Amino acid sequence: MKTKLMMTAATSAMLVSGLSAAAMAEDLTLCWAAWDPANALIELSKDFEAQSGHTMSFEFVPWTSFADRMLNELNSGGQLCDLMIGDSQWIGGGAENGHYVKLNDFFAANQITMDDFIPATVTGYAEWPKNTPNYYALPAFGDVVGWTYRKDWFERPELQSEFTETYGRPLSVPATLAELKDIAEFFQGRDIDGTTVYGAAIYTERGSEGITMGVTNALYNYGFQYENPEKPYDLEGFVNSDGAVAGLEFYKSLYDAGSPPGSSNWYMGENIDAYRSGQVAMQMNFAFIWPGVEADENVGGGKSGYFPNPAGPAGQFAQLGGQGISVVAYSDKQDAALEYIQWFAQPEVQAKWWELGGYSALKAVVEDPGFATSQPYAQTFLDSMAIVKDFWAEPAYADLLISMQERLHNYVIAGDGTAKEALDGLVRDWTEVFEDEGKL
Amino acid sequence: MTDTPIDKAVQRTPEGISRRIRGLSDRAIAWIFVAPTIFLLLAVNIFPLIWTIRLSFTNFRVNRPNNDVEWVGLRNYQRILTDPDIWNTMQATAHFLIWTIILQVLIGFALAFLINKKFKGNDLWTTIIVFPMMLSPAVVGNFWTFLYQPQIGLFNYVIAFFTGADPASFSMIGDVHLAPWAIIIADTWMWTPFVMLICLAGLRSIPDSIYEAAECDRASKWRQFWTITIPMALPFLMLAVLFRGIENFKMFDLVVQLTGGGPGNTTTLTSIDLKREAFEKWRTGYSSAYAVILFVTVFGLASIYVKALNKVKER
Repeated sequence: MKTKLMMTAATSAMLVSGLSAAAMAEDLTLCWAAWDPANALIELSKDFEAQSGHTMSFEFVPWTSFADRMLNELNSGGQLCDLMIGDSQWIGGGAENGHYVKLNDFFAANQITMDDFIPATVTGYAEWPKNTPNYYALPAFGDVVGWTYRKDWFERPELQSEFTETYGRPLSVPATLAELKDIAEFFQGRDIDGTTVYGAAIYTERGSEGITMGVTNALYNYGFQYENPEKPYDLEGFVNSDGAVAGLEFYKSLYDAGSPPGSSNWYMGENIDAYRSGQVAMQMNFAFIWPGVEADENVGGGKSGYFPNPAGPAGQFAQLGGQGISVVAYSDKQDAALEYIQWFAQPEVQAKWWELGGYSALKAVVEDPGFATSQPYAQTFLDSMAIVKDFWAEPAYADLLISMQERLHNYVIAGDGTAKEALDGLVRDWTEVFEDEGKL
Repeated sequence: MTDTPIDKAVQRTPEGISRRIRGLSDRAIAWIFVAPTIFLLLAVNIFPLIWTIRLSFTNFRVNRPNNDVEWVGLRNYQRILTDPDIWNTMQATAHFLIWTIILQVLIGFALAFLINKKFKGNDLWTTIIVFPMMLSPAVVGNFWTFLYQPQIGLFNYVIAFFTGADPASFSMIGDVHLAPWAIIIADTWMWTPFVMLICLAGLRSIPDSIYEAAECDRASKWRQFWTITIPMALPFLMLAVLFRGIENFKMFDLVVQLTGGGPGNTTTLTSIDLKREAFEKWRTGYSSAYAVILFVTVFGLASIYVKALNKVKER
């Protein structure tokens, strides 16, 4: 009888605990771009579901319409997303317009410190205002523009000797942007194994952010600055400095002389396709593509190499990509969403994130002695993350971006006017935006 | 007692309702039926229009819900109408509109004229010709992007075959001079069948007796074409122009898919520009003014055109 009573009590206790767990279980929706890392995150999140009892749903939108779709969602106070892996440039608007939950107290209560993450990712993805300890996201996916090249082509003796004859140096990873252009020109229109190939696939896309994410890799390295470091929003002479003009002219010359014909509206997807199909010797692209390149049967398995954006006369920088994960302020499942962030921040989860193809921004992962050799592109990722710069993250970032897209595309692709005129026009556009914002 | 469906329906109507309806006038009953539609129309069309006009005089931005909304008077209108970039966009739209209409009407009418003749396989050819307009504009945009590819595109190879030029030596969507024609060609390919169908309806509405009378008068085929076919098909042609004009004034999807508005701003049509202002820059007040200007333009032009169309029909 006693045993029976005990069993009944135990069963009741199990039922009660089970019911209470079921009552707390939530169905969380995470919103992000539709790309390879998103698939890795689905895989990773299965562990969270098993541990927490919550279930995860995902809303992934292609990059070209990601900003439109998700900013619309945030601006309308929508409750579709509980967690948002939003682009780095959204952080200002997310914070100032109240779309994202401020995470400082949550981080403090759960011993999550931003000192544990790569500094550039904290500034780029989590802080608003920049360089202040106000956090609205946890760095989720480190990304940066870098270069992929056909190592197998570079190593061909006949190409090596011809290149050396022409340029007086071996055909190898370029140390400067000028060297990169030489290589692009060398391959442009060349016949390799019966196929006409071209130099480099670079970003030229007009509609979203493509050409800006490409041109900045030349602008930064030739001396472009977003503003006077001493006086915020003072643009004249910084955005349109002589160095910036030279950087823009360089990019146009690279487009004119070293990119495939018809590549006037190319971004991540088009560059990947051109590279994988053997059309180009090099491609500019965000680091997220590298695991896919390695796994590709045409260009992977040692046929490809990786290098950071080469230096220019004013230094070596690369355009930051990547995103932080935020809790959406309109969600009524914020506790469960914070639970997800707490779980995601754990070192072992971050280590698995890297294994699955996600670029962890946690120092414990990237500073692990085995990290640099864990993948053929790991060292390039580290080198690239050390030289990043990002676009404006102001609440008005979209206005600033659209102006830049228009000015750059008009000059680089349409050949309208001069580089100086394009950047002078950009100064006028941006000044008007900041005046409208009340910042000037 | 009769047993028609109406009688059955009357019998089934609850007594309370039928008593109330019996006391209503025909006019009141008509209003009861029409009211939901009018309410829906007001809610879906008229209210947003009035709201848009109101917003067009403010600096409202939908992505800044916490900012104060200021009344800015005509400032948005003044900025739009004095912005050279917007006039360039209007020019690009006019270029696209005029050329697509000219080409589609010419080719559409010619096809209708040919299809109108009785020959074997007539129905099959009609189906084949109509096929492009059954596709989604996004799909058409995508595959024309491939057709225009300098390395692998069929279009470049065909041009190269006839001209002897290197296929990779020109880029239809990357060249500022060719891109406006690239979108015109794709749109013409897709929508000429629509014009053809309207013209075909016009041609088939002409009674054979008129042609027979002309034959008796020994009128040449050429004269029959200019004095019978064209005047009698003209209202249909004008209708086709109206439909295509309105449609192409708001052209968006096909062009975005093909060129994204580039190179530069070469193919940025007003609808693309408006979308950028409204849903990328989130300048709601400004874009409302932009939308009002476009609405007035289309509405004004369409009204003038419809009057002309009615005059032609009355002749």
